[in-house]
Amino acid sequence: MKPEMGVKGMEMEGGGEAIDPSFSELVAQESGENLLACYQCQKCSAGCPVAYTMDVLPNQVIRMVQFGLREKVLSSHTIWICASCYTCSVRCPNDIDIAKVMDVLRHIALGSGIKPAERDIPIFHSVFLDSIKSKGRIHELGLIWQYKAKTRDFMKDAALGWKMFRKGKIKLFPSKFGGGREIKGIFSRYEKGK
Amino acid sequence: MKELSYYPGCSLEGTAREYDESIRAVCEMLGVTLHELEDWTCCGASSAHCTDENLAIELATRNLALAEKGGRELLVPCVACYSRFKVAEKEVREHPERWETPYQGKVQIRYALDFFCEDSLLEAVGEKVVVPLSGLKVACYYGCLSVRPPGITGVGSYEDPQHMDRLMSTLGAEPLPWSYKTDCCGASLVMTRTDIVRKLSHLLLEMAREAEADCLVTGCTMCQANLDTRQEEISKEFGQKYDLPIFYFTELMGLAMGHRDVKKWFGRHLTDPTRLLNSKGLMG
Repeated sequence: MKPEMGVKGMEMEGGGEAIDPSFSELVAQESGENLLACYQCQKCSAGCPVAYTMDVLPNQVIRMVQFGLREKVLSSHTIWICASCYTCSVRCPNDIDIAKVMDVLRHIALGSGIKPAERDIPIFHSVFLDSIKSKGRIHELGLIWQYKAKTRDFMKDAALGWKMFRKGKIKLFPSKFGGGREIKGIFSRYEKGK
Repeated sequence: MKELSYYPGCSLEGTAREYDESIRAVCEMLGVTLHELEDWTCCGASSAHCTDENLAIELATRNLALAEKGGRELLVPCVACYSRFKVAEKEVREHPERWETPYQGKVQIRYALDFFCEDSLLEAVGEKVVVPLSGLKVACYYGCLSVRPPGITGVGSYEDPQHMDRLMSTLGAEPLPWSYKTDCCGASLVMTRTDIVRKLSHLLLEMAREAEADCLVTGCTMCQANLDTRQEEISKEFGQKYDLPIFYFTELMGLAMGHRDVKKWFGRHLTDPTRLLNSKGLMG
């Protein structure tokens, strides 16, 4: 299924990037994971359902973090493509929660100024959170419109959307409920802390 | 008579409406009263934990605090919400000093599938079966977060879970052994990298077909949506025609227990299950 993996798995290019030891410390601290325990068995990459479309395999990400290759890691497609399925985390013989490490790398990437390799995924997350902030709950139709407005891809899934509408799966208007003020409070604390 | 608090979650108001309808219906039939949390808000889902873990925990604990005030166990049908709640529970229990929240980590959080697969409930379900799902070959599809990570879900056999299989046997259906019970469908990448979701969902459909399943059963709103709504696209892309209905386990419970609304729920599916169920003589 993944014929290229055995070969790709062994490659490791620093690409001349300066090593940043504080980066490995930061990832270890934020994730609470002992990344030095990784001995490159590659079990995480072997079980990863999306490894086939990653530019850097999960085991390579861990290695690059150990080496402090900040820019290489943060500019990878991999950190955005990870679907958080936790297959790697449960199979790691050294108990490294790799999915959690990917979360931490996404957090660091968002504040790094490095352009995300996947354009749409961070846009989706930001629209999703804006939607919670303004309405308290996700109103799927509103979310999709906002996402389309940002990505300028209005025709994608239009036919499917119509079919779903006819099946009663599309809610036209957001629910009315309280709790909005509390949600705004949570967001303003988080935005101030940034 | 059992009473629980109920947190439907956002998708159950939209794309997963039939999950909400069927869960309320089977609870009523089993004498389980649900009290929907007033003013519940989004759990933060995958976008919050991909952006800021603290925000993710706070969005979850707001709802858990509401539930704790109610003093009842909390029933959560969406596995993504469940996972976020359990992560927040663990965090608040282990580091209470970090969080300014009335939530104390005390409310029992129950994922709907786990709840209905408990021995006492299974027995009650068995007694209510009036239309045994004889001859219906089902591939139980647990997906990711209902079983992983076990430190959060508490599921021991997370590589080959059996609880949904037991529930399906109780309903008279035939759960099949297959190897993709806990593989990922691509989940929320559906909006952004639809190509990944089509590829992973194709693999799941193909493996279920190879196992000679009539349909798949799930308790995850993202799995159901990804597998149900894109079979036409997947059939075109991969050159293999798929027509495999994707049920919520609660819909099959309702069918076996003879609930009057099953046609309404099944009418919301894009991969229409009517022909399959008629061919098995299961639709009145």
